[in-house]
Parts: sequence; C-alpha cells; structure tokens
Amino acid sequence: MRILYYPGCSLKTQAAGFDRSARAAMAALGVELVELERWNCCGTISSLTTDDLMRQLAPIRNLIRVQEAGEERLTTACAMCYNTLKRAGLRVQEHPEELAKINAFLDEEPDYRGGVRVLHLLELLRDELGFEAVAKRVARPLLGLKVAPYYGCLLLRPRGVGLDDPENPSILEELVRALGAEPVDSPLKTQCCGSYHTATHKEVVAKRAHKILSDAAIRGAEIVISSCPLCSFNLDNRQRLVQETYDGFAPLPVLYFTELMALAFGLEEASSSLEQHYIDPRPLLLEHQLLRT
Amino acid sequence: MIEFSGKELQQAVEELSGQKVFACYHCGKCTAGCPFASEMDLTPRQVLEYIMDGRAEVLDSQTIWLCAACFTCTVRCPNGIDIAKVMEALRQILLRRGSDKFDLSELSEQERGELPQIALVAGARKLIG
Repeated sequence: MRILYYPGCSLKTQAAGFDRSARAAMAALGVELVELERWNCCGTISSLTTDDLMRQLAPIRNLIRVQEAGEERLTTACAMCYNTLKRAGLRVQEHPEELAKINAFLDEEPDYRGGVRVLHLLELLRDELGFEAVAKRVARPLLGLKVAPYYGCLLLRPRGVGLDDPENPSILEELVRALGAEPVDSPLKTQCCGSYHTATHKEVVAKRAHKILSDAAIRGAEIVISSCPLCSFNLDNRQRLVQETYDGFAPLPVLYFTELMALAFGLEEASSSLEQHYIDPRPLLLEHQLLRT
Repeated sequence: MIEFSGKELQQAVEELSGQKVFACYHCGKCTAGCPFASEMDLTPRQVLEYIMDGRAEVLDSQTIWLCAACFTCTVRCPNGIDIAKVMEALRQILLRRGSDKFDLSELSEQERGELPQIALVAGARKLIG
C-alpha cells in the first residue's frame, strides 16, 4: 500500500527519529509513506474563533496538495498536525460558506473541493492493517517491558476530531500488547502536558510532567510512549527541571510509539534515534535485552 | 484596560466563540477536570459566571492565559458549551487590542534552540495578537 504522508516541521528536525521510525515501521508492514509534495505548515494549533478563516488557510492548502496528487487520504504521525489538519477539513466541510471564502482568497490555488480524509498512523494500524498484522510482524517481542501510553489532548479531543474514546482510549494499549509489551494504565494519560506553556511558563509544564510521569511510575511503568513532539519535549526534556524541582523523582524514558514498533520489528532505525532523547532509554532496553550491544 | 459594558462583553464572547454561555448551569465539571484549575485565579466555571454576570474584570484574570485549550472541559460540558472556545474568545478580545503575552525576543538563544518549533508557533498563535 502507498499512502500520502504529512511529516510536519518537527519530524523534519527535533523529532527526526519519529519520522525515521514511522517510515521504517510502516514499510515493514507493507505501507509506503509517500511524502506530500510542497507541504507547508499545518497551522500548528487550531484557532478557535468564528472569524479566524485566515488561520485555516495553511491546513486547507495542504489538503489542496492532496487533491492535486489525486488522492483522498493523508496520514500523519504528529498528533498536533493530525488535529489541526483534520479539524480544518471538517470545519470547511460543515461550513461551505467558509470554504467558498477560503477558495476565493486562495486564488492562485485550485479550489479545495472537500472530502480529503486525514488519518493518524494509529488509525491506519487499527482500522486497515489491524493489530494482528502488527503482532505477526514482531521479530523481537518486548516481553516484560512495562509501557505507559500517553495520549495527551490532540489525539483524542475534541470529540469528532479525536481517534478514540476521549475519556477512555485504548488504541495505544492495543499497539503495546501487539508488540509483546505490557501496557500500564494511568488516569493521567489523557491529561494535558502543558503544551506551548513550555515556552513561557516552564514551571507549569514541569509540574504537569512530574504528576503525569510519577503516576505512570507508581503504577509500574518503565517507559512512556507518545505521538506528539511537543508532549515528548515536555515529558522528556523538561525532566531536567522536574529533577531540579522535585526531590526523589526518578527519570523515565519517553519514546515515540513508532520507535517502540521499530524496536519490536527488529529494525536498525529503532536504535538510531534513541540517543536523541533527553532521558536515555538504552540502559533500560539493554536490561530487557531489547537492544544489541 | 478595555472599557466594556456587561452586555458588550457577553455579545463579543458569544460572537467570537459561537457559544451560548447562558446554557451553563454551573455544575462545575469544567473546573473539576481542568488540569490547570489549581493555578488559576478564577476557575473555568467562574469565568462563565463572570461573563453571565457581565463582569468585564474577567478579562484581567490569569485563567484565560493558563488555559492551553486541552478541550477536557469541552468534551465534558453536559450542556455542550465549547469552553475552550469561550477562553479563546476572551484571549482574542485582549490580543486584538494589542496586549501580547509572549515576547519571542525574551527567550534566550539556548531556549530558542531547544524548544520545538511547534511550541513556539503554538505559543505565538495563542498569546500574540
């Protein structure tokens, strides 16, 4: 299967390991992620006022690129890109008068006709490939590894945009099980990490990260997985501040879900990005004999 | 400070958010689920109450800047009020009058280098008019 893929800015830079492991893991399942041509910023975060059409231009322009490619679907790995692109598409679908205005404004572009579906890679795994197929591809089951899925906000909310039950999601747990690892449930898995406050109020983010990570650790988690480069930064890199602020905090590695897949599939790409995380996951993975020394 | 009558505030919020704030019956689920409520000077429910009472000092509240639009209140409101949109409307009322809350030039070179660009752009979108 070939499917259009929107990497977004972070997966080209700070979260390059997310991109590399996503492409490799999906390829191992027979899915070629074809990068969308001439993609631009997804818009990053949805603007929520009724009159903010200007801020819908960036995501809609990307959907026009999908249309130009003769495709009807676009996949993403980043939770923020997913939410922003999908939300903009749904908004103009529900408000044809807004779409008419956007099309008139984007007069150098062909009109967006609507109908492009934005899919997260997790949806592709669950709904099209199936977690059974994922389990079959596993070369090195992650036996005994206790993994806490962290969903954050934008994979789940608002309702109708999110890809699972916003209160009690299970898609990441299903993936973790398919990879042979043990999911660890925490009620804070859907609570906000502090998002962009990391730029202006990092102490607020450290407090969030401390709470979320400590709860996962108390329940036995050895590692946390995420699908968002911003959540990952807040939960991983901000652990420096968490350690400075909260006595007795024990660090917890944070990986992208695709890195866990690549690891279980025995792919080289799995180990190439591990050192880029702030909390080095390699000692833990070596302890579990999940990495070649 | 912006001079707003209570009525003007209600109209501006309802217009910008597209939400009917008077549908709120003060159950407090928004506050109960808000991960930032403990840092806020007004709880999310109180923000709704202030708007309903026409108290424009809600615009001085730190709450609207602490809200990170995580949509927990939005999915839990039993009356279907998208409270994240109400918070955005309050932010926008201020931002459109020039009271920016984020100055990129105040970040150190190190911070600019290490922060993910989605943190900077999202922050700019929510905190700069």
